[in-house]
Amino acid sequence: MPNMIQERRIILEHLDRAGYTPDLGCYRRHGGYATFERCLALEPAATPEGQTLSGPEQIRLEVRRSGLRGRGGAGFPCGVKWSFVNLDSDRPIYLICNADESEPGTFKDRQIIHKDPHQLIEGILIAAYANRVHQAFIYIRGEFIEGARILDRALDEARGAGLLGRDILGRGYDLEICVHRGAGAYICGEETGLIESLEGRRPYPRIKPPYYPAVLGLYQCPTIVNNVETLCAVKHVAAMGGNEYAKLGVPGDPGTRIVCVSGQVRRPGYFEIEIGKATLGQLIHDLAGGLHPGRSLKAVIPGGSSAKVLRAGEKYKLKFARPDGKEIEREAALLDLPYDSASLAAAGSMCGSGAIVVLDDSASAVEALANIAEFYAHESCGQCTPCREGSLWMHKILQRILRRQGRPADVDNLERIAHNIPGGRTVCAFGEACSWPVQSFVAKFGDEFRQMTAPPP
Amino acid sequence: MSTPPPSEPALPATVAVTIDGRRIDVPRTMPHPVTGAPAPTTMMQACELAGVRVPHYCYHPKLPVAGNCRMCLVEYGTPALGPDRKPLSNPDGTPKIRKAPNPVIACATPISPGIEIYTQTPGVKAAREAVLEFLLANHPLDCPICDQAGECQLQQYALEYGHAQSRFDEAKVHKPKQVDLGPRIMLDDERCILCSRCIRFTRDIVGDDALGFVRRGSHTALTHYPGRPFDNNYTLNTVDLCPVGALTSKDFRFRMRVWFLGETPSICPSCGTGCNMVIGARENVIYRLTPRSNDAVNQCWMCDAGRLNYSWIGRADRLAEVQVPGPAGSARKSGWKAALEALAARLGAAPRGSVALIASARLANEELFLLARIARALEALTDSIPRAGEGDRLLVHPDRNPNTRGAQLLGIAADPPGARLPAIAGAIREGRILTLLVFGEDVTRHGIGLDELDRLDLLVASDVLPNATTGRAHFLLPGAAFAEKSGTFTSARGRVQRFAPAVQPPGSARAEREFLRELASALTGEAFPDHASGLFDQMAREFAAFRGLTWAGLGAQGVALPANPP
Ligand SMILES: Cc1cc2nc3c(=O)[nH]c(=O)nc-3n(C[C@H](O)[C@H](O)[C@H](O)COP(=O)(O)O)c2cc1C
Ligand code: SF4
Ligand code: SF4
Ligand code: SF4
Ligand code: FES
Repeated sequence: MPNMIQERRIILEHLDRAGYTPDLGCYRRHGGYATFERCLALEPAATPEGQTLSGPEQIRLEVRRSGLRGRGGAGFPCGVKWSFVNLDSDRPIYLICNADESEPGTFKDRQIIHKDPHQLIEGILIAAYANRVHQAFIYIRGEFIEGARILDRALDEARGAGLLGRDILGRGYDLEICVHRGAGAYICGEETGLIESLEGRRPYPRIKPPYYPAVLGLYQCPTIVNNVETLCAVKHVAAMGGNEYAKLGVPGDPGTRIVCVSGQVRRPGYFEIEIGKATLGQLIHDLAGGLHPGRSLKAVIPGGSSAKVLRAGEKYKLKFARPDGKEIEREAALLDLPYDSASLAAAGSMCGSGAIVVLDDSASAVEALANIAEFYAHESCGQCTPCREGSLWMHKILQRILRRQGRPADVDNLERIAHNIPGGRTVCAFGEACSWPVQSFVAKFGDEFRQMTAPPP
Repeated sequence: MSTPPPSEPALPATVAVTIDGRRIDVPRTMPHPVTGAPAPTTMMQACELAGVRVPHYCYHPKLPVAGNCRMCLVEYGTPALGPDRKPLSNPDGTPKIRKAPNPVIACATPISPGIEIYTQTPGVKAAREAVLEFLLANHPLDCPICDQAGECQLQQYALEYGHAQSRFDEAKVHKPKQVDLGPRIMLDDERCILCSRCIRFTRDIVGDDALGFVRRGSHTALTHYPGRPFDNNYTLNTVDLCPVGALTSKDFRFRMRVWFLGETPSICPSCGTGCNMVIGARENVIYRLTPRSNDAVNQCWMCDAGRLNYSWIGRADRLAEVQVPGPAGSARKSGWKAALEALAARLGAAPRGSVALIASARLANEELFLLARIARALEALTDSIPRAGEGDRLLVHPDRNPNTRGAQLLGIAADPPGARLPAIAGAIREGRILTLLVFGEDVTRHGIGLDELDRLDLLVASDVLPNATTGRAHFLLPGAAFAEKSGTFTSARGRVQRFAPAVQPPGSARAEREFLRELASALTGEAFPDHASGLFDQMAREFAAFRGLTWAGLGAQGVALPANPP
């Protein structure tokens, strides 16, 4: 039997320990804000190429080197995202922390906010300092009322300690952070919908081009949007150095990430792992306590409800780089899939928001999909035609099937509708989010769908 | 010694693009519809320039882009670059094109040098068909009872690009119907395809953020700001903008099927702006006025006040009979010929200097030209009646007359208009003016009261509706409304624009031009052309301000007055 996998807690290092409290004193006793203070004190340094890098430039370089990918869902490299911002712009640059956390199955950001808010604030401070930001926002999911209070309290403490406001720590740097409670819709988490909402409008995602946040973001100014966990990881990149951070995880997807395991497992929860160093099987069995007694695995949704489902028994072809640099292909079963973006992409799905939803053999694929489709029909913002009409249409078909009024044509129709929504046809990636589950469930559990829609004998 | 900084190489003003295999050079930037600032040319604009039609709902050339309907999806490819960032070539020397994996919306995607746009590929057709199927899924599809039928973009595209049979088999979403959005607009939320044109128009063009969407997903519905009806002076433009039958004009809805309406190009007579418009009429009845595009004047908008200012044309009390003096101060009906002969005789006998002429600045240039010749022959004192209101920043001009400029250029109106009215009133009171000709105005409301009118030897009035002045007239010459005749107006900004007749005047009423021509001939001994075109051309020869213009040259969009007339 292979070794039981262990968590690798970096972001979560302290926060569930007995006696660890979310106040400034406790955070400081655990070394909090030391990294930020060091960042603020960075002197211009010369590179081997003979360039001189300012403190902020050094931080940006470390984040670039770390290869850190965003943890909000899309997995875009953080340093590259930052590099799109024109730092010489005469307009203000804004930083927004995306704390809307609404993807079904995802419950990691709220842990940080509730239990270690100063870690997030330190991450924001570092990211803001690195990018010439003087006004940052934490856009927190509307339902997280207590989280917003905790953050406000923490910000007050930080302000009182001279860590926020004007002339921070006497070093001439100004930053304000404002907590903004969200408007109670999933789409508020999509970064351009979030920006619209922050500006006081309906969270209709913006068309890209031209409204790339880095160019025309909040108030048409350059804007960086990063997830809560990403910003916390930035703090650790700054503390460890980019190269050191990149030694964690796997090439192309470095570091640790917080994985939320839920569904039909015995110990649902959040676990911080080194990326690619734990398999789905280890996550489910070693960390989440495995399936309920007597149950067998049916399927795994590996990256939040919008990720394509993986069916037990499937085999995937993974590519590995051998030490000599040659690529080799290896076949892996579902539970042997390492949890990293390349492996899940090879399996036809994604890590998304890091939420793993487990279905055992007691679950109905049709019911599971109907549940997901109901969510997306309810949450489609309604701005663009394919998603607005398609998400509701799929939901209605699935509800009808559940009412035992399915028709044989329904399966084809579901497939066709789910095919007609994504792929650049919608304003935002919600189009993909609402159709990938349908595409994958129908493709992989077609037998169950056909059975439920067969004419009575 | 300092060297000047190297200047950026200027970008070429045009970009070569290929649309469905045809190469065309298009401008790199085009003016933004609202700010006018140069904005990167989009695929949609390039296609329009190339004469390639890309179906669309939310896009409108005069509105900011929304990109929500997804009807305009196209495929495209860009020149493939080698590792050295240099373009790669095919074996035949043509540039190698890398086709993009996903379609994009033409309305919001900027062009780039060498781009190829495909609007007719199977992928594009499938995408359009899918969008249409989605749009129709929850649409009522009761076109036979919809007022938009015949000019509905949903109907039209469904025919051109759609799938004949709907596969939507679920209960449709129900939404509010017959929503009273404001005093002039009704909304049927079930027909709304959520394109947001109406919202953008009133917010970005009018500056009244009055409309918006509520709820979400397929339940999203258009509504007005809570507690505040949709009521600005431009609301009816949303009816034109609405691609479907969701927004209807209370004035027009269900009165006439649009395919029965004849369309006549005209000019709004309700202010100095001179919005270009179309008169929709059938069997001598006007049903609606709608804007006609003219970027030099009104883009494609009209104000509500101007648009609804037509019902008087069909009023039952229109002046329809010629009247001449009868026995003992009474009036009696007459034919035109006898009336004009008698009138010419009376005017010819009036002592020079004892005549005044007040002509409305709502008359056409050609009519005012003839009146100017009559006034010259009679050595008459002339003026017009000013009609001032409040202007706005979009279209409405504070001068509510459509042709003050013409009346001044032709020497009828004083500067400012109406400046000579007190002198005329005084001269009547003092008995120096004994003959007054009034064309198209009720002077009793403008300082020449009934007392003054009673002192006159001769009062000649011409108008379309009865008023206190026409009631006192010795000679009454029933005229025609703008919609009943040809002519030109000179707008406040000096644009000369043509209008054409859509309906017939009632009874014996005639276009003023027709009888003024006879009267002017009788008084001057000259012959005048009997068409507006000939009159206009003669006027342009005689009056420096119009020199060089011709009726034919005015075309459908009008021409600005020469800046510095010789
Ligand atoms: C429909 C939709 C919902 C999203 N919801 C969230 C969310 O709740 N939280 C989040 O961090 N990112 C969410 N995202 C991703 C954001 O758009 C954005 O990519 C992310 O915040 C960027 O941060 P990162 O680069 O640090 O991951 C969502 C995206 C989509 C398309
Ligand atoms: S894809 Fe869906 S959620 Fe995104 S803008 Fe369109 S309707 Fe809204
Ligand atoms: S009412 Fe008409 S113009 Fe307005 S959003 Fe709906 S379809 Fe578009
Ligand atoms: S702005 Fe003036 S010309 Fe234009 S429609 Fe209104 S009244 Fe008529
Ligand atoms: S016309 Fe381009 S998305 Fe509507």
